[in-house]
Amino acid sequence: MSNWIDIAALDDVPQRGARLVKTLHGCVAVFRTAGDEVFALDNACPHKNGPLADGIVHGKAVTCPLHNWVISLETGQAQGADEGQVTTYPAKISEGRIMLDADFLQQRSVA
Amino acid sequence: MTQKLVVIGAGMASGRVLEHLFEAEAGFDVTLFNAEERGNYNRIMLSPVLSGEKTYEDIVTHDAEWYEANNVTCHFGTHVTAIDRAAKTVTSTKGTVAYDKLLIATGSAPFIIPVEGKDLPGVITYRDLDDTNAMIEASKSGGKAVVIGGGLLGLEAAAGLAERGMDVTVLHLMGHLMERQLDEAAGFLLRRDLEKRGITVKCRASTAAILGTDRVEGVLLEDNEGLEADLVVMAVGIRPETRLATDAGLEVARGIEVGAQLQTSDPDIFAVGECVEFDGQLFGLVAPLYDQAKVLANTLMDVPAVFTPKELSTKLKVTGCDLFSAGDFASGEGREDIVFRDPARGVYRRLVIEDDVIVGAVMYGDTADGNWFFGLIRDKTDISEMRDTVIFGPAYQGGAPSDPLSAVAALPRDAEICGCNGICKGEIEDAIAAGATDIGALRSQTKASASCGTCTGLVEQVLAVTLGDDFVLPTAQPICGCTEMTHEDVRRMIKSQELKSLPAVWQACDWKTPCGCHVCRPALNYYLLSDWPLDYEDDPQSRFVNERKHANIQKDGTFSVVPRMWGGITTPDELRAIADAADKFAVPTVKVTGGQRIDLLGVKNEDLPAIWDDLNKAGMVSGHAYSKGLRTVKTCVGTDHCRFGTQDSTGLGIQLEKALWGSWTPHKLKLAVSGCPRNCAEATCKDIGIVCVDSGYQISIGGAAGMDVRETSLLCQVPTEKEVMDVVKAVTQSYRENAKYLDRIYKWMDKVGLEWIQEQITDLDTRAALVERFDLSQTIYRKDPWAQHVAKPDPYEPLATLTLEAAE
Repeated sequence: MSNWIDIAALDDVPQRGARLVKTLHGCVAVFRTAGDEVFALDNACPHKNGPLADGIVHGKAVTCPLHNWVISLETGQAQGADEGQVTTYPAKISEGRIMLDADFLQQRSVA
Repeated sequence: MTQKLVVIGAGMASGRVLEHLFEAEAGFDVTLFNAEERGNYNRIMLSPVLSGEKTYEDIVTHDAEWYEANNVTCHFGTHVTAIDRAAKTVTSTKGTVAYDKLLIATGSAPFIIPVEGKDLPGVITYRDLDDTNAMIEASKSGGKAVVIGGGLLGLEAAAGLAERGMDVTVLHLMGHLMERQLDEAAGFLLRRDLEKRGITVKCRASTAAILGTDRVEGVLLEDNEGLEADLVVMAVGIRPETRLATDAGLEVARGIEVGAQLQTSDPDIFAVGECVEFDGQLFGLVAPLYDQAKVLANTLMDVPAVFTPKELSTKLKVTGCDLFSAGDFASGEGREDIVFRDPARGVYRRLVIEDDVIVGAVMYGDTADGNWFFGLIRDKTDISEMRDTVIFGPAYQGGAPSDPLSAVAALPRDAEICGCNGICKGEIEDAIAAGATDIGALRSQTKASASCGTCTGLVEQVLAVTLGDDFVLPTAQPICGCTEMTHEDVRRMIKSQELKSLPAVWQACDWKTPCGCHVCRPALNYYLLSDWPLDYEDDPQSRFVNERKHANIQKDGTFSVVPRMWGGITTPDELRAIADAADKFAVPTVKVTGGQRIDLLGVKNEDLPAIWDDLNKAGMVSGHAYSKGLRTVKTCVGTDHCRFGTQDSTGLGIQLEKALWGSWTPHKLKLAVSGCPRNCAEATCKDIGIVCVDSGYQISIGGAAGMDVRETSLLCQVPTEKEVMDVVKAVTQSYRENAKYLDRIYKWMDKVGLEWIQEQITDLDTRAALVERFDLSQTIYRKDPWAQHVAKPDPYEPLATLTLEAAE
């Protein structure tokens, strides 16, 4: 049973961009693609904890601003020759609003 | 049974002999002596080492590993003192070794003209790496150099020393430079090009004495003219080094006499290279030495082979002086000339024809067709059919179109491409067919372009012709995996097709990804805003975070904040405001930068708009310390305070920074203005540097002091501040419009050439148009991004803040 909570309007995040959601256990980056899909991932690159929300978003991927690792927004996996995994969280758009699943965000704090 | 081969001299000729022997696994036990402290290196490339284009490491041919792998016993830095032919031994400063076969490859020694003062410290020759290093060392303190000898070697030395900042004079005994390779007209063009680089050339200049007490101080000419000199380079010629052979009782004329198998008068002793004389001829260029090496290796392996000297061609390795000469170009009875001149381009071609055959060719300025003419000379081709057009080169024969590649396509298989190694087009084609499809592979398999390198372009053209569409020039890489197109292609499309948005570029240029990637998007965004300043709106999402957030990201995700200090000038009020901001936002590190301003490091993302607001209120704006755009204009205090200052360098620096700030460029752009040639603002290692002198302002470009360190090249000198402003704006705009994204000015300059840039700014109409386009772009971009972002701080704030309670 999902526990969707309303975070913000879709237009508060620019296309091919990201914004941060602060939680008690660190930041989650919410990405919006050119095709208006939204994805939520930990805001830390598996390489050196680079802030993924500050990266360049292209297709369904983001490039970390520190050392150009490319992370899939869908799977959280590092692309190409790099190996690493970023935690992803359920996210969706509902009537022009960005929704995140509170249960998953909470599990994050336990993990 | 393994034979003992002793080799005296580790030069290019003996090195090539050893390569052939080891490749054929001939089974010799080799002992190698060399008077120099090192093994075989590419001596032809000493000139690029002298000019700073290459290092010694770049030109090593055989390293320690190679000798070890081939079991060569090396005695470097060891002089051989005697050969005992009866006992078949060689004695050196380190002892005596026996040989079955002996190879003498002692090369040549520079000719020293017998004048007073020839032994003074500071008088050097130009033969080996030690000489080269001595010249590099001497050039560090600047000063004046006199090069005696205007032949190949002397001119390469002169150009290298001038490149390293010395004031160089060339003395040449004959009426024009390189008289053995060039006729008078080509000699004149060469002289003019050298003089353009600040080299003084004196022909018909005979040296009477070298002056000085403890070290060289000057040169006195026969006509009593005196020249100051801190360094004298003697490059009047070479003579074969034959002393060992003479002492051993071998037959020696000018060189060690050898037969067509390179055998000396002793059947177990061979000689190769510059020390030999064959059929009355001496050899100084590398191509015949390599031929000798091949013949000699075969002889040693009992394979029949005969050495025959071939026609030779010459090129000069001075960047920007393209000359080519081959054959015999003296005028005479029964000889006719065909001459082509294009004075504006500095192009000169002359063919000497006898009985419908070309016997000599001299080319200056555009030497691309040199090898084709060389082939006609060598093959004694009857040119009566194409006499009307032959001077224009191969592209104009048989009605073929003037495609540069068609000239190469038209070459026969036996046309020589690499003169040093004697590699023909056919051998290159065969290697390509066998899978060597790039220049590196071709070089290692055929040795084509592996020696002096001047034929690299030709080899690439053979690749292009042979591979057709499969060939991609190494310089023409696509921007990234999203496209097949190069930066240049895309930029041409943006301008010619009037593409004014990212999606328009992706569509028109057939992008393979829906919206590019982190490599191409910043480049495209730059090209669009630079080419269409009024039509295109900058896309922050296509910028690297630093340019999107107008601050430099640090490794922990915090940012650094650098306010602009115009020309490095600040005030107590500004300093107080910076101190207050540092306190208020708990900035952990405050650092003074190399660009004469202050860096606040460790500012949190969400604090950025607030700290900017505070700095804005104190009158400060963004310093763009994060941008591919104008960074700083560094200055010294100039006439305001300095007793040496010649102009108001600080004031000019501030004017420049106020005119240029906010502009985006292909890569970062750093300027400096020094008030006098003491150059305290270090202007000569900046992208654009201005050095004030009494008579005006020297503007130079293309410096670097990062991964590469480069000194700027002089663009022009102008008399007024107004002209400085115009020239700097024009150069900046030309760089903005033409350079590849992420190329600093020096890289761009290497591609288009300083002369091309000079043409842009010396033509007053072109300059004015560039200035106008720059100013137009600045009406959009000369704005403080901090003030704009303070007004809209949303992107810096969290989208939402969730507590666990709220989540429940």
